Amino acid sequence: MSDNDTDQRAERLAELREKFGRHPVEPKKPFHQGASLRDRQPRFCALESGHRACQGCGEALAARLVMECAGPDVMVANATGCLEVFTTPWPQSAWQVPWVHSLFENSAAVASGMEAAMKARGKNTKILAFGGDGGTYDIGFQALSGMLERYHNILYVCYDNEAYMNTGIQRSSSTPHAASTTTSPAGPERMGKRHLKKDLLGIIAAHHIPYSASASVAYPADLQRKVRYAMGINGPTFLVVHSPCPLGWKHDSHLTIEVARRAVECGLFPIVEMERGELANVMPIREVRPVKDYLALQGRFGHLMKPDDPRAVEELTHLQALADYNITYFNLRGEGEDPADTVGISQVARDRAAGEA
Amino acid sequence: MREALEGSQAIARAVALCEPDVVAAYPITPQTHIVENLSKLVADGELHTEFVSVESEFSAASVVLGAAASGARAYTASSSQGVLLMAEVLFNIAGMRIPLVMTVANRAVSAPLNIWNDHADSMAVRDSGWIQLHCENNQEAVDTTIQAFRISQETDLPVMVCMDGFVLTHTMEVIDIPTIAQVRKWLPPFEFKRALDPSDPKSLGALVGPDFFPEVRHSHHAAVTKALPVIEKTDRSWARAFKRGCGGLLTTEGPKDAKIGIIAMGSTVGTLRSGLAKTEDAGVRLIKLRAFRPLPEEALREATRGLDHLIVIDRAISPGLGGILGTEIKAVLYGTPDAPRIHNHAIGLGGRDIPETIVGDLLSAIEDPDATPFSVFDADLTMLPPEDR
Repeated sequence: MSDNDTDQRAERLAELREKFGRHPVEPKKPFHQGASLRDRQPRFCALESGHRACQGCGEALAARLVMECAGPDVMVANATGCLEVFTTPWPQSAWQVPWVHSLFENSAAVASGMEAAMKARGKNTKILAFGGDGGTYDIGFQALSGMLERYHNILYVCYDNEAYMNTGIQRSSSTPHAASTTTSPAGPERMGKRHLKKDLLGIIAAHHIPYSASASVAYPADLQRKVRYAMGINGPTFLVVHSPCPLGWKHDSHLTIEVARRAVECGLFPIVEMERGELANVMPIREVRPVKDYLALQGRFGHLMKPDDPRAVEELTHLQALADYNITYFNLRGEGEDPADTVGISQVARDRAAGEA
Repeated sequence: MREALEGSQAIARAVALCEPDVVAAYPITPQTHIVENLSKLVADGELHTEFVSVESEFSAASVVLGAAASGARAYTASSSQGVLLMAEVLFNIAGMRIPLVMTVANRAVSAPLNIWNDHADSMAVRDSGWIQLHCENNQEAVDTTIQAFRISQETDLPVMVCMDGFVLTHTMEVIDIPTIAQVRKWLPPFEFKRALDPSDPKSLGALVGPDFFPEVRHSHHAAVTKALPVIEKTDRSWARAFKRGCGGLLTTEGPKDAKIGIIAMGSTVGTLRSGLAKTEDAGVRLIKLRAFRPLPEEALREATRGLDHLIVIDRAISPGLGGILGTEIKAVLYGTPDAPRIHNHAIGLGGRDIPETIVGDLLSAIEDPDATPFSVFDADLTMLPPEDR
């Protein structure tokens, strides 16, 4: 890139930031003097408030966190799903970056085309592709695999809420074993979903892309660090973000973060990073919880909370074994206090935020 | 320059002359040679484009959607099953009014598996809201491809250039390929006003509820209809610049006082013309329909005026209804005083050879008292068990 290009790019970014990004903010007022949460949040906001997500939506939170550190020089291809529906009911849109929704199963392919267009037109704008677990693990999987194989410079983010929530909580290949959904309901003959959650990261790893990782809305500092890292890579990168759905998981909407945190702490949703398909880093668990602590908060596992039902006991044992396997396989058990473990990462972030304010 | 070229090779050259920013395609017979030739042009440094070798037709269509939405001139090509796999995206591209160009090397649709030519594939997506233009020969296919890029960006609509698989794609003809300077002069640079751009963020593809949906559909219908004069104007402009046209919306030939007419699309027109030339005192008006979508209703009424009989040739059928073009022509002529009687025949399905002599058979069928309003004309019913006839 010539100096001239660099100057032009810096100039354009400055314009973008001026228009959509950080604005000089009034000195912060304490809450009791009428300052809103929004006023206290002078970050780049690509996903505006006022959209139609449910109270406590993990996906909306995850998307906002991703966009905060990805924008403003980005364009988004969004698969059909909750995120698309609740952000763009015509004639409104909550997006402050160029955003396109085409279909359920093609966000990776549409993003590929957008990236090819940027290359052809000599632009550096980074392309993001968003999909839920339905659009990523299932129906859009082929397009995603193609995108990774062709080595497009795209960050694909999967907001994993472990079922088809937009159509009313039907099982996906990401739904955990034994979870009850409307197409894998628990009943006298069934204990919820009969199959296992697909190991998507394992499949992504087999593409040997530069970077892939899992993250959780319970650990925003970790999530945002991963987004920033992926944004700096010229090539395909993949992020799966565990995003609780209060409606589908059947937990109170104020428990979103707590539920997400427990999924990590029990080992059922391991937080890992992979480079070129090799495990590069994990978030250690400071104090491992039993899976029951995680499951008990959610109605979708309610049928397992029956100590008198031998089938429930068996499935609980099964899920505990899956969590134990993850802990062993990824070596998740932390030793002592680690600033990057499940407790440390939050404390560090909280301390930093407190220090700035 | 005049060169002997295979149809597919000529199309690849025509596409290259339009300097697309992004090409995405997945190979399928009989479109394969187009993709192969384009890949070769890229490898040889004669075409500078982002060539995206996708993993399916579904992604091919999605890639060009994303590319054009991002302000790039984009091109794809397919056939048959590929067009059907793309179908969901094709409706989406048109619904979002994204300008791009696609070649359909027309082929029958499975089952039974058949790789030969008819029009079942492009007919299956006729309601997608794309402009559909049919080509009689490879010169027309080349010229129409270049015209399609201009029509597309002028109307903000995707354009499908339909050419008969094998009959055109795999046939060598002497073709006049324009020079790059001529094309650059004639074809304006690509511009898409709604293109995604971080300096002016827009949301494309929003959820539209019942409050706005009928208006969206109405405006889409109006936009495709309003493409009629654009198609005509573009062909006239082409004719001025290159001293040959493709026949605008449709062309008629034959005696002015003809009482019998034949209408067809694609390469069949050439076969029929040749057959008519060998039929003594045929006195038949031959109508070549180039624009199938939008359907030029006014031009069709004008072209069929004065006829007593009109033979409508279909290259695809709608089982349970009959001919598709035939049914549409009937609808166009409904209520027209002295409208001709329609004789609707499907011929050449799945690549069944269409001999020139079929003209005589079609003409004699007009007076056949046993003839049905629609028939698969060249089907030999004796090959079928009695209960299937």
